Amino acid sequence: MIYAIWAPLLVPFLAVPVARRLAPLLAPRAAAWLLAVSGAVLAGCTTAALGLLALEGALRLRPVASLGRLRLPLLADGVAASPPVAALALALLAATAVAACRLLLRLLREWVAARRHAPAGGGGDLSVIDDGHPDAFALPGRPGRIVVTAGMLRALDPAEREALFAHERAHLAGRHHLFLALADLVAVCHPVLRGLRAPLGYALERWADEAAARAVGDRTLTARAIARAALATRAAEGSGSAHRRPRFAVAATTGPVPRRVAALLGTGEPARPRSRALRRVAAAAIAGCLVFSVGAALDAATDLHGSIEVAQAAPEHP
Amino acid sequence: MPEATAGRRPSGELEASVLAALWAAGAPLTPAEVQRVLGQDLARTTVTTILTRLHEKGAVARTRQGRGYAYTPTQDSPGLRADRMRRELEKDEDRRTVLARFVSGLSEDDERLLRTLLDGADGADGPAPGSIR
Repeated sequence: MIYAIWAPLLVPFLAVPVARRLAPLLAPRAAAWLLAVSGAVLAGCTTAALGLLALEGALRLRPVASLGRLRLPLLADGVAASPPVAALALALLAATAVAACRLLLRLLREWVAARRHAPAGGGGDLSVIDDGHPDAFALPGRPGRIVVTAGMLRALDPAEREALFAHERAHLAGRHHLFLALADLVAVCHPVLRGLRAPLGYALERWADEAAARAVGDRTLTARAIARAALATRAAEGSGSAHRRPRFAVAATTGPVPRRVAALLGTGEPARPRSRALRRVAAAAIAGCLVFSVGAALDAATDLHGSIEVAQAAPEHP
Repeated sequence: MPEATAGRRPSGELEASVLAALWAAGAPLTPAEVQRVLGQDLARTTVTTILTRLHEKGAVARTRQGRGYAYTPTQDSPGLRADRMRRELEKDEDRRTVLARFVSGLSEDDERLLRTLLDGADGADGPAPGSIR
C-alpha cells in the first residue's frame, strides 16, 4: 500500500487529542504510562516513516541505487516518494536528530548544574538551599535528592513538610524525570506530540500526590501542603520579585495546582456514569491508533523492501 | 496515620525531617524542642541520636546550652550557593525541564479557588492534627 507511509505522520493528529481526553479519566499512574507509551510509539513511527521516505527517494538516484546493488533505480510508479518529498523527509529527519541531540545535551547540562549547586547536605536525602523564596523539587541521581529552600520549609508545618517530602520521594522512586525527558524527546519528533507534555506533567504530579497521601496517611493534609506551598510561593512573588514567573501573569483557565488539591479533597468533578463508557471508547481508539501507526510503518517498510528486491533481481538496464 | 509510621521510618527520612525542623525554626533548638516540634512519637534518644549524626556529617552546628546542646543548620558558603541555584532555576523558568517542581505558578483565579478549597478542607475536619497555625 502506497499510502501506508503517510499514516504514521497523520495518526498523531487524531491520537493526541484522544489521549488528552482519556488521561484525566484514568488513575494518575495509568495516565502517565498511557501518555508516555503513546508518545514513544507515535514518535517512533513518525521517525520510521520519514526514514523510509528518505530512503525510497534516495534509491531512485542511480549512484545510491548502485551502492545498494540495485540493478536499476526504483521505479517511479508504485513508490510514494518523489525526489522533493524525499528531500523534505531527509531534511526533517536531520532537523529532528539535531533537535534531539540539543535537547538531551541541555537536559544533561541542567541536571549537572543542579547537582553541583545543590548542597550535599548530609541530612538524609534532603538538600536545603538557604533562600527565602519557597521552592522545592526532586533532583534525580544516585542518590536522588529533595532540594528545598529554607523559605519553603518555613512556609509549611512539620506534618505538611512530611507530605512534601513524600511527594518528592515518589517522583524519585517512580523515576518521573525519565517520563519528562521522554515527553520532551517525542515532542521534537512530531510537533503535534508536544500536546502530550502538559497532561503527562500533570499526571506525574497527581501520581506523586497520591503516593504522598498514602505515605502520610492523610489526603487533606497532603492537599493542604500543596495549597499552602503554592500560596506561599505566590505571596513571595508578590513581594518585590514580581519578575519571577511572567508567564503566569495571565491565565484564563484553572491551573494545575487547584485541580490537584481538589482531586485530593475529593471535590473535583464527580464521576459521571458515562465516563466509564467514554473511557473504554477512548482507550480502544488510542490502541487502534497505535496499532494502525505501527502496522502502517511496517507495511511501508515491507513494501519498500519488496521494491528493492524486485529492483535487485531486474535484468541489467541497457 | 503519620504517628503510626513514624517509628519505623528509614533513618535517612528521619534525618531529613529533623534537619527540616531546624531550618524552619530559624533559631537553635534543643533535642527536646525538636521532639516537640515534630510532634511525632519519636523517642528523645532517637532525636538526640539523629542530631548527633547530623552534627558528625557537618549538616548542623551545636552550641552548649545548659546540660546539653542546641542545634542550628549549617550551610557551606551560605548565600552564594543559593544565588547560583536560583540563577540556574530562573534560567529554566520558561523552558521545559526534568526537575519536577512541587508547585507550579498560580493565576489570580487559582489563588482565590485555592483559598476556598483550603477553607473548606479545614472546616470539614476541624483543626487537623497537623495544623499548627
